[in-house]
Amino acid sequence: MAHAAHDTHHGHDDHNHAPGFVTRWFFSTNHKDIGSLYIIFAVVAAFLGVGLSMLMRLELQAPGMQFFADGQMWNVAVTAHGILMVFYVVMPALIGGFGNWFVPIMIGAPDMAFPRLNNISFWLLVPALGLTVASLFVGGTGTGWTLYPPLSDSQYQGGPGLDMALFGLHLAGASSILGAANFITTIFNMRAPGMTLHKMPLFVWAMLVTAFLLLLSVPVLGGAITMLITDRNFGTAFFKPEGGGDPVLFQHLFWFFGHPEVYIMILPAFGIVSHILSTFSRKPIFGYLGMAYAMVAIGVVGFVVWAHHMFTSGISVDTRAYFMAATMIIAVPTGIKIFSWIATMWGGSISFKTPMLFAVGFVFLFTVGGVTGVKLANASVDVILHNTYYVIAHFHYVLSLGAVFGIYAGFYYWIGKMSGYQYSETLGKIHFWLTFAGVNLTFFPMHFLGAQGMPRRYPDYPDAFAGWNLVASLGAYLSGISFLFFIYVVVDLYLKKRAAAANPWGEGATTLEWQVSSPPPFHTFDELPRIR
Amino acid sequence: MDRQDTLARRNRRVAIAAFGTVAGMVGLSFASVPLYDMFCRMTGYNGTVQTGGPAAPGAVERKVTVRFSANTHPSLPWRFEAAQNAMQVHLGEEGLAFYSAANTAERPVEGVATYNVTPEVVGKYFHKVACFCFDAQTLQPGQSVEMPVSFWVDPAMANDPNTRDIRTITLNYTFFRTLADAERSGALASAGPHVGRGTVTR
Repeated sequence: MAHAAHDTHHGHDDHNHAPGFVTRWFFSTNHKDIGSLYIIFAVVAAFLGVGLSMLMRLELQAPGMQFFADGQMWNVAVTAHGILMVFYVVMPALIGGFGNWFVPIMIGAPDMAFPRLNNISFWLLVPALGLTVASLFVGGTGTGWTLYPPLSDSQYQGGPGLDMALFGLHLAGASSILGAANFITTIFNMRAPGMTLHKMPLFVWAMLVTAFLLLLSVPVLGGAITMLITDRNFGTAFFKPEGGGDPVLFQHLFWFFGHPEVYIMILPAFGIVSHILSTFSRKPIFGYLGMAYAMVAIGVVGFVVWAHHMFTSGISVDTRAYFMAATMIIAVPTGIKIFSWIATMWGGSISFKTPMLFAVGFVFLFTVGGVTGVKLANASVDVILHNTYYVIAHFHYVLSLGAVFGIYAGFYYWIGKMSGYQYSETLGKIHFWLTFAGVNLTFFPMHFLGAQGMPRRYPDYPDAFAGWNLVASLGAYLSGISFLFFIYVVVDLYLKKRAAAANPWGEGATTLEWQVSSPPPFHTFDELPRIR
Repeated sequence: MDRQDTLARRNRRVAIAAFGTVAGMVGLSFASVPLYDMFCRMTGYNGTVQTGGPAAPGAVERKVTVRFSANTHPSLPWRFEAAQNAMQVHLGEEGLAFYSAANTAERPVEGVATYNVTPEVVGKYFHKVACFCFDAQTLQPGQSVEMPVSFWVDPAMANDPNTRDIRTITLNYTFFRTLADAERSGALASAGPHVGRGTVTR
């Protein structure tokens, strides 16, 4: 933390003196330290989430029941994998991690608007993860992350497992809401002089839209699971037909949250990828305003398409027609983004450093996932593909290969800035190719399995599906190895301690974080930068 | 310091607006329970039938087949079935059908039925005049009853482009144990093996 650029004496902490270990990491109010905590948290949770997926692929490697005792145990693993990955890996890494680290720096703010709220946001996540993991040992949650009643009723999921997972979601939701309010306030009020909304870096735009989506959607999940908890434990009948309730209402509420949630997971990755493509093509991003408003459009339209997850829940044909059309409209702003990314690279002076590899990989794989998404949006086709591995392939292409590639891209892009040490380019490239091969081998065959009718959420399958399942399992092991290799890259980074320059990427890197040292001083901008 | 004060005030204003939005969305999610119910009743959405409407207006020539379907939730120890598979009625004519239910348990059991029609679009044209499903029913041990339902189909169905091709309407009932009865008998606490867990014992 040695930085003495403007070491005039203030009444508070000096640049050279970060607080002691406990104060710095447990009572932290510093956006950079909290961002680091979030990233460490996401890596820890990823061990659990990836571990569960390894168990699942072991079971599915061959027909027959091998490792899981029964279907309930299988569903518990499936659910925990989903909840862990969504709430405790992707969201903390992209929003809490990179968001906290770089939103204030990019807009020239000294910190977040509410630093102590920021601390609460992070520390709410820790007990939330604890509840979710502990629930595995008291019966677990065998419902899928969608938690649909009647399967989530006390009759079918007795015991405290599901209740604990629900309370965990409540805490994670509270954490997200506090974080979102903090981001919105920071972005609206804390921008440096001259940093108008239309000059903000695209990552900040992405975080702003994400924060609004969180603010509007997460409370609805909170309401829905509160009703589920009272249905399970206190004799209410919000979703019980025998008491005048309606289980389909839960699906509506869940997906009113759940669909924006998938954009919450991908929009920050959109922002990161925009920066990286521009940096390594040495060109400004193509169509900046179009890119920013495409994200706004995706966020707005994302709120009125939720029932495309419910095409087989008995909704009328007119409703299906509407939700199908609305869903397809999202392909327009998404297409604008893909086009602009390609146009950014077009004619650029491209250098394929590791972050660029992940970013280009993101554009390619996200497009594959987007195309299958357009196919699934067709209500008539979806009736056949609903709840098959085709859907699994689709959403892993946009999340496991989209959002996770976004996380890796951001990690390699910014790790020099965050830690002060640069990663090994060779190791980074090996990591990219291992991951790229692994995830494609895992998920591409699932398109075939799904199109042939293999349903999701079963631990066993007919022999006809054995071949592609074996391929997918082998791919999954490769992905698991690539995750361990990523840990090795991080270990190597801290062992070798290659000092990172303030701007290792050259003239293409134009945002404010490259104008401060690596790592940035404990207090970034005591004197606000002026943006022209 | 003045700048700092204004910033703190502006920050507080944005934060209050943000948390106000959160409170509003939580409120909306709970408000959606009665709103969704009301929406289904008004529009016949999801095959929600019309109740408490006017009496049958009188038969017109066009006929429609009404089929009767019965389901029983596993927690309800009843044998519940339709007395007839199907019947033909004229549009606008009041029809009368019967279901039968028998309690196979050793104790009185209270059940309540949910109901809808398929195709779902005819919900707004299907009127129930009287039905056993409007109230909870209690059957003594071994008691069996015939339960009537009277209904009519609105002749306007024949003019609506969404419904004029429909020749068959299926009226479905699902009987559940009422929550109060389930609680009294402890049925919830002693619910069977969980779905998919262990070997299924019947």
